[in-house]
Amino acid sequence: MSDLGHVLVLAGGLSYEREVSLSSGRRVTDALAALGVEVELVDIDAHLLPRLLQDPPSAVFLAVHGIEGEDGGLRDALDVSGVPYVGATGSAARLAFDKPVAKAIVGRAGVCTPASVALQHAAFRDLGGPALLERVIDRLGLPLVVKPARGGSALGVTVVRSASELPSAMVACYSYDSVALLERHVAGTELAVSVIDDGGGPVALPAVEIEALSGTFDYTARYTAGMTEYHAPARLTAEQSVAAGQAAVRAHELLGLRDLSRTDLIVAVDGTVMYLETNVAPGMTTTSLLPLAASAAGLDLGTMCRDLLHRAALRGFSLPGAPV
Amino acid sequence: MSGGSRLDSYVDRYAARTHGMTTSEIRALFAVANRPEIIGMGGGSPCVSALPLDTIAAMTAKVISDHGAQALQYMGGQGDPRLRELICGVMALEGIHDASPDDVIVTVGSQQALDIVSRIFLDPGDVVIAEAPSYVGALGTFTQYQADVVHVTMDDAGLVPEALRLAIADVARSGRRAKFLYTVPNYHNPAGITLVEERRDEIVAICAEAGLLILEDNPYGLLGFDGPPLPALRARVSEGVIYLGSFSKTFAAGVRVGWALAPPGVKEKLIMASEATTLCPVALSQYVVAEFLEHHPWLEQVKVFRELYRTRRDACLEALEASFPAGSSWTRPAGGFYVWVTLPEGIDAKAMLPRAIQGRVAYVPGVGFYSDGQGRRNLRLAYSLPEPDRIREGVRRLAGVLAEELDIVATFSGASGPQA
Repeated sequence: MSDLGHVLVLAGGLSYEREVSLSSGRRVTDALAALGVEVELVDIDAHLLPRLLQDPPSAVFLAVHGIEGEDGGLRDALDVSGVPYVGATGSAARLAFDKPVAKAIVGRAGVCTPASVALQHAAFRDLGGPALLERVIDRLGLPLVVKPARGGSALGVTVVRSASELPSAMVACYSYDSVALLERHVAGTELAVSVIDDGGGPVALPAVEIEALSGTFDYTARYTAGMTEYHAPARLTAEQSVAAGQAAVRAHELLGLRDLSRTDLIVAVDGTVMYLETNVAPGMTTTSLLPLAASAAGLDLGTMCRDLLHRAALRGFSLPGAPV
Repeated sequence: MSGGSRLDSYVDRYAARTHGMTTSEIRALFAVANRPEIIGMGGGSPCVSALPLDTIAAMTAKVISDHGAQALQYMGGQGDPRLRELICGVMALEGIHDASPDDVIVTVGSQQALDIVSRIFLDPGDVVIAEAPSYVGALGTFTQYQADVVHVTMDDAGLVPEALRLAIADVARSGRRAKFLYTVPNYHNPAGITLVEERRDEIVAICAEAGLLILEDNPYGLLGFDGPPLPALRARVSEGVIYLGSFSKTFAAGVRVGWALAPPGVKEKLIMASEATTLCPVALSQYVVAEFLEHHPWLEQVKVFRELYRTRRDACLEALEASFPAGSSWTRPAGGFYVWVTLPEGIDAKAMLPRAIQGRVAYVPGVGFYSDGQGRRNLRLAYSLPEPDRIREGVRRLAGVLAEELDIVATFSGASGPQA
């Protein structure tokens, strides 16, 4: 048996990524249980907080994706409940989860990121939707990637290749979030670089290269085994590999994250490594990228999660609203 | 492959028919929609809580104590002879008086009947003619057998005969072979429409003339709100129709008992196809259903269901009338579980679903009920499961979601290209 004590893996909730989250949660739970950790998978609902107070766990692993797990609210709730957890604080998660904010923070520090604009629906309504879309296309060009400012798993994301596709892409995007990020599409090699900090500082795991067979790494390509080919480590030059790792660690640090994160990057045709977004509760499913990276690094997923839980238990809970 | 991993070592071995078997955003959204916080008007689940559960518990116990040795054993692939005889009595209520128990095959829900009918008739590239829209579970089955579905228009009176004639002729002209017409004549899923009496003989005649088999799917026939059911298509002819029935809506979906009534030659092949899938239908379920039909006033139970669903249908229609915006329209079902809603111009029901889930209400977007991309402006509301107050609240929430979506769509109207 582990000396960690009783731990919980939180998953599910009401976000659009519920199914993915439950799948992540089950995988982490099984991996921990295989190591003898006393672990339980718990859904996010109104019973959670009373339960945490009644029977406090040593620490909690957050496998909750989407707005519930990554916008900081659940993490703040754990802090006010005095429950230690793995991963970023609420305030740091909030910054990272908002893609335009994260791009601004990381970009300002000198990491390249594709040109973009973030627009609320109200801006289009007040200034005139068609006119503003035309300006966006003039400035950023086509193709464009339209994505909800907050959210994951490529839900609500559309690659727009012609102006005629843009209105419906905007409508689909606003169904997921009130702010849309319109980003210049960069052709190149898609990468996911996971970062783990086991106490010695954040370290990048081998980059995972994503080759969606359909051409687009959308929800279906992400979660249907066989539809995407992954290369771990990625087929990069030594310099590109180092640059990708540095960009991911830099993003982790700039956003004030802790324990683990996954940063999505693209290596443009000219070799430039460009920052897209950072995930504070990376997927842990059988088709997820962090477990692939861990495996490429020779790390056992269960051991990694157990060590992070140990670290969280020792650290204790944070003060809500503590600076990142 | 170029040295990477696709995370599925069997990926190069799957049959061609698995190509459409992928996960999707819609599945992800439905995973949330099943939570109790959300008013679920998506799935067509019967209200089994209206059943006398204590009575059914006692009935099941009696089946095991009296017939355990048979009910817990394998049985013939065609199904329990006593149940098949009782099924003929059920079909008589739909006007089918010449059915023989020998021509009935009991199946694991009528979904299995759809599967075995497809298996014995459909080769890749064959055509199935179906209403527009059509039941999503049937479309999924036809697709897995690599058939092409050609949709035929419905109006408020059901399948349009002239449109059926044209579709049959078009398919023939294209050099393809239409194997059958798949139709849900009563309280259609998803459209909520019933094929009027005046068209029934004509539809049967058109198919007979074209040599087109009819696959008549009738799970809702006894759940009409305005009097006895219209005689089934199979009631008019003894050849040329395979009739599917189910106890999922008139008793309990969880027992998974349905049936097919087929011409003798077809029946033999269906039995062999069924045996290859399940060996035999579930014996215990068959005994429980037979017990229910034989020793319980089951038609009284159907009446309870009818009244309950009528109240819920009324709640749904009243709420739609009170809260939905101009430019929307909907069907007014005279039975069954579903209202088919057409949204105002420019609205895409699939794109709107995340907003609806966020607004704590769920529906099924219309595109799933077509094989050709139609139905973007449509959605299906199922009123069978939520209580009337929840239905009113669900429709009210959906109206709010729709108002927001209209605002978004209006913002982008006039931009180059088609709207969502």
